[in-house]
Amino acid sequence: MRLELRTATAEDTRAVGSAVGSLLRVGDAVALSGDLGAGKTTFVQGAARALGFDGHVVSPTFTLVREYRGRIPVFHVDIYRLVRVQDVLELDLDEMLSDGVVLVEWGDAVEGLLPEEHLTVALTTPWSDEARRLELQGTGPSWEVRWRRLESATREWRTAA
Amino acid sequence: MKVLGIETSCDETAVAVVEDGRSVLANLISSQVDLHARYGGVVPELASRAHVQAINPLMAEALDRAGCRFADIDGVAVTVGPGLAGALLVGVAAAKAVSLATGAELIGVNHLEGHIYANFLEHGPPEPPYVCLVVSGGHTLLVHMPEEHRYEVLGQTVDDAAGEAFDKIARFMGLGFPGGPALDRLARQGDPEAIAFPRAMADSGDYDFSLSGLKTAVLRYVKGELAAGRRPDPADLAASFQEAIVDVQVSKTVAAALERGVSTVLLGGGVVANTRLRERMEKAGAEAGLRVLFPAIELCTDNAAMIACAGASRLARGERSSLDVAIDPGLELAP
Repeated sequence: MRLELRTATAEDTRAVGSAVGSLLRVGDAVALSGDLGAGKTTFVQGAARALGFDGHVVSPTFTLVREYRGRIPVFHVDIYRLVRVQDVLELDLDEMLSDGVVLVEWGDAVEGLLPEEHLTVALTTPWSDEARRLELQGTGPSWEVRWRRLESATREWRTAA
Repeated sequence: MKVLGIETSCDETAVAVVEDGRSVLANLISSQVDLHARYGGVVPELASRAHVQAINPLMAEALDRAGCRFADIDGVAVTVGPGLAGALLVGVAAAKAVSLATGAELIGVNHLEGHIYANFLEHGPPEPPYVCLVVSGGHTLLVHMPEEHRYEVLGQTVDDAAGEAFDKIARFMGLGFPGGPALDRLARQGDPEAIAFPRAMADSGDYDFSLSGLKTAVLRYVKGELAAGRRPDPADLAASFQEAIVDVQVSKTVAAALERGVSTVLLGGGVVANTRLRERMEKAGAEAGLRVLFPAIELCTDNAAMIACAGASRLARGERSSLDVAIDPGLELAP
């Protein structure tokens, strides 16, 4: 299951985050990847908003984890600073997953530590303007069930491909 | 009155002993103390396990350097948030144990309040009200304090914290991570006006900050220059980037102080170790008739003396925390 999207502005990226966020539920893990400034935090801002959190959503690079109390708990994790698998294990992602939704920035590096069933979001900047390319990839039966809804919720950003 | 301060909200395990809320008798940070030589074993750098391993030897060492024993401690001040849950728990558990065992009064402290109260070590608090700028790796916020321990958050970052922006650009420039201090040094040789980076939200009419756009602008500029076959001067790049951050912080802080009719500005947090921020804030403060205070460099970054100072002040007001005080990873400054 794969989807390719193009967002023209940060507001667009946030809107895609919201579209994805509205489909998330307790136990879901989302791994975000992309260079500095690619829009990972922006995406999470949208997802947290869709999950009922109205407060500030800012980068957790230093704090490692921020918890937002939305309709369900949203754990915003950033492993940019972590160098060892042991450090990531000690964050106890499993505990967070039993309570809520987990979105991990730079999550591609620890995909193996996430539940087999998860969503990956890869953000890139292949164009010269502010636009971003988002590649969404779902793994597992629960994403299979939700994929059509995800496709229709993100239709307006679909690339011609 | 001697207060033991304990801070474990993020990477550093820190313990301090402060007398009468002002005199720092000991102020230790695990990464800067050679516990390996003294107690054996490797002290790892990150995560709760590291705090667990460091906290007891660090408390023993701090008491030793302060020339006192657990029995001499009158109060225990500990960071209860904001921070990483697993890390906060270690410090709070240690503080409760000390309080229970010795009868010392327990007081939970907000980490952000600690950064502000770092200004009151040595000289005590000047007459309120204040406007405070707290800038660190994890936080960027502007706060109005009508009186001690009362906070009105005027604005904060909507994306990245200032310290994070410094460190990420430093890493991008090959200065290591965290590279804020290295970037500061490099910037001293550069021209802060060489490259006109955006001053995000400088004219937004509020006291919020945004640093994500600046980060992207720097990356874009460097990629553009390299693509055009030019190599940007690292010192100019560092100086111009730093100036864009400092400009907005200085102007918003001064504007907030003037708007609130406050004559004292307090700075706190790791980014306040930045020489350009200190220099520009002093100059702007002098021009606007404001008194600008900042902590000594070693008290800007996370430490436990600031927690002991804030805790001592609360204890002196008669406040106490009970032994079931809980951590709050998302704790905010209360009005």
